[in-house]
Amino acid sequence: MGFLFTFFLLPLFNLAQTSTQTPVGGGDTGQYEQTFRFQNYIDAFVENREQFGRSFLYAIIATVLALAIAYPLAYAIAFKGGKLKNFMLVLVVAPFFTSFLLRTIAWKQILGEEGFVVPTLRTFGIISESTTLTSSAFAVVAGMTYNFLPFMTLPLYASIDRIDPRTLEASGDLYANGFTTFRKVTLPLSMPGVVAGTLLTFIPAAGDYVNAAILGSPQTKMLGNVIESRYFKIVDYPTAAALSFTLMAAILILVTVYVRKAGTEELV
Amino acid sequence: MKKLSRWFGRNLIRIYAVVAFTYLFIPVAYTFAFSFNDSGKSNLVWKGFTFDNWKNPCGAPEICSALGNSIKIGFLATVFSTILGTMIAFALGRHKFKGRSTTNLLIFLPMATPEIVLGASLLSLFLVFKINPGFWPTVIAHVLFCVSFVVVTVKARIASLDPRLEQAAMDLYANERETFRRVTLPLVAPGIAAAALLAFSLSFDDFIITNFNSGTMTTFPKFVYTSAARGIPAQANVIGSSMFFLALAIVVIGQFVGRKRKVS
Amino acid sequence: MSDIAKSARGDLKLSNLTKSYGDFTAVDDLSLVIPKGSFFALLGPSGCGKTTTLRMIAGLEEPTQGTIALGETDITDTKPYQRPINTVFQNYALFPHLTIFENIAFGLRRRGIKDVDDAVNKALDLVELPHLAQRKPTQLSGGQQQRIALARAIVNRPALLLLDEPLGALDLKLRRQMQIELKWIQKEVGITFVHVTHDQEEAMTMADTIAVMNEGKIEQMGSPADLYDNPETAFVANFLGQSNLIKGTISGNDGANQIVDLFGQKISLQKDRSHGVDNSIYAGIRPEKFRISRLETATSGNVLTGGKVEDVSYIGVSTQYQVLMPWGQELMVFEQNDDGVAPFSVGEPVNISWEPIFTFGLRGDEDAEAGTEVNPDEDLDDE
Repeated sequence: MGFLFTFFLLPLFNLAQTSTQTPVGGGDTGQYEQTFRFQNYIDAFVENREQFGRSFLYAIIATVLALAIAYPLAYAIAFKGGKLKNFMLVLVVAPFFTSFLLRTIAWKQILGEEGFVVPTLRTFGIISESTTLTSSAFAVVAGMTYNFLPFMTLPLYASIDRIDPRTLEASGDLYANGFTTFRKVTLPLSMPGVVAGTLLTFIPAAGDYVNAAILGSPQTKMLGNVIESRYFKIVDYPTAAALSFTLMAAILILVTVYVRKAGTEELV
Repeated sequence: MKKLSRWFGRNLIRIYAVVAFTYLFIPVAYTFAFSFNDSGKSNLVWKGFTFDNWKNPCGAPEICSALGNSIKIGFLATVFSTILGTMIAFALGRHKFKGRSTTNLLIFLPMATPEIVLGASLLSLFLVFKINPGFWPTVIAHVLFCVSFVVVTVKARIASLDPRLEQAAMDLYANERETFRRVTLPLVAPGIAAAALLAFSLSFDDFIITNFNSGTMTTFPKFVYTSAARGIPAQANVIGSSMFFLALAIVVIGQFVGRKRKVS
Repeated sequence: MSDIAKSARGDLKLSNLTKSYGDFTAVDDLSLVIPKGSFFALLGPSGCGKTTTLRMIAGLEEPTQGTIALGETDITDTKPYQRPINTVFQNYALFPHLTIFENIAFGLRRRGIKDVDDAVNKALDLVELPHLAQRKPTQLSGGQQQRIALARAIVNRPALLLLDEPLGALDLKLRRQMQIELKWIQKEVGITFVHVTHDQEEAMTMADTIAVMNEGKIEQMGSPADLYDNPETAFVANFLGQSNLIKGTISGNDGANQIVDLFGQKISLQKDRSHGVDNSIYAGIRPEKFRISRLETATSGNVLTGGKVEDVSYIGVSTQYQVLMPWGQELMVFEQNDDGVAPFSVGEPVNISWEPIFTFGLRGDEDAEAGTEVNPDEDLDDE
């Protein structure tokens, strides 16, 4: 407990402190003093509101896409997996072990100018000569969707697997067609998995900057990229700290609202 | 034609699963394939097949020291977070104490915090205490984010444990300590093993938090990220693919041993 | 560790045992003695406190008040592992990570016994499953798991064996078979068995003494025949089998009998079978004790006239009738199909008669419906 306190709460407190500091007049780069300048927050927000919006927009789209892709997959594993169930679960996690950076870069190369996808699509005239797939918002969102897919699939699987298939048969017996059964029985019963999965995808996605850095362009910069560059390139700790805090607060608010709405407190 | 479409309808979900898995594995296959590329410096275009990269995985400068760091950090983070997390999980799962819900929240929060915030806040703490980023700060950072996952995994296993098994042990003349050693611990062990595996993979693959707290020390993901700009040497693909097959082998052997123990 | 407790032997004495959870009292000031070597059943509906009582005896639950003693030794404050008492748990609670052999050897090993092979093999022989020693519990059927759970407990030769709804998870046929087997094993090993169940038939088949529990208290205790033939409360009369309870008043005496007025018709009731406190009384008769007859047939003993057949169910060995009496009550009559009398038909006017010695009397202020309602949760292991 002490460990968590020291290395989780204390740093957050420290970060909060940093976020209201200002540069020491006439000091070196990277020297700051505490002046409780809450204006830092407003400045940081106003300056980066575009990236802010983008972070949340991309994260939401990626989460929805991942949900759409993962749900049928989790359903297939849970209900049609049979003897291969465990093996399929291992397959879901297996890509983790090839570094996610390597996989993201692999996507960049597959979808890049020298890969085979773009020339093929151009040959068939599906995309124009000037259209590229990488360095675009599309690529960033696709990369995030791909990278967080296992985080979505596993909790979904866990809660779909718990559904007694007889309840689905009962629903069919009581005059519900396939779609109604899904909407009225399967989906409500798998809600805890949907909530856990979307959270496990959305939270890291909103703070991510690797996908944007590898697959994106300056026009697709997310908040994570800004925080990173403030820390490492510009050495503007207060702004970075203020941005981090705003990001965390925004995520917490969104998550709380979402969990309330979804009506479940049970997580993971 | 009608037959075909009916077959298609019935197996739609299976076909979907195959497509989804293909999607998941395209980059893995690509990485594996390009580990055999006779590429020279930049592994962007296919230039010919070679085993050279596999024969000499440390051929690229710094790559093996980065890998070594990643393994060391992963190992230490796994050991510490598994011990700590298991203890917390038992405390939460078995005892009602004051501040239990606060503890639960404290466990959940690091998972709900974006990595970049965790990384940044830890870095700012280390800077305040004039600790230079490097090996040990990175280990601490990794333990921090791994421990929550360990707690959640082990706690779930403890929760699914039938309390009557422990009562049966007590009924059969095992005192508290013996009950824990002979019944509770062996039954929770698969959960602890899964948690350790998870912790290692999280630590090994982490980039964002590491990037903030490692200073000049390189890890494997950091190596990949920084060399991405100039082109990644094929040796990185070799290492990524080996890790993939190694992990797969561990899981398969683990399953096999587990099943064998069940039968005999 | 208290070795005194471990070696304690003798009768089990529960004195003023009480267990409360907040406002709810699960077991209420319970006192009883279970003689050494007996097969004792605690019978009652779910939530009556029988499982809580069992768990207190095992040491898995701490009594709020009262004491538990084995022979001369007070074991109230000892830990489960310090008591010479073993339990067959409801869902068996076999250790899934250990083989059947190691499951059975578990208790012996914990007591520091080095050579366990002999004892374990004997226990496996006793339950007739010696070939399963090296299997894991998950590979066994429910019935086999049940026997292993029994072997695992018995191998320790406890002073007392507790069985918590041990047959609840088995199907009917297997349950019957296990009932006979359990009874045989109890005779064989001579250990005191305390058996908790909500199934009255199971209790009556196996136990030599039954305590019927209701709302944390013992309603009545005795041999199965005592409880069935001469129940003292409406709850016992209804929970064990079925009863017809007819409201009446004691209107006089006739030697060893009381004369009871049932809506104008007089019947007699033996005084020692009458458990009323004043003149208001329920006369109780079991449905199979009734005889049903056409108006012209001569009757003897206690007779009630003016009945009309409302419903007839033919169930093979017997026929069950619902007979509507002039005062509006429907009486249940079970007739053996052995007297050659043609079955009665719906609407037929009939008389009902029975031997006076079969009548029992209950307090008139009791709830005649107590113990009749079928609890849908009965098969669940709540409490």
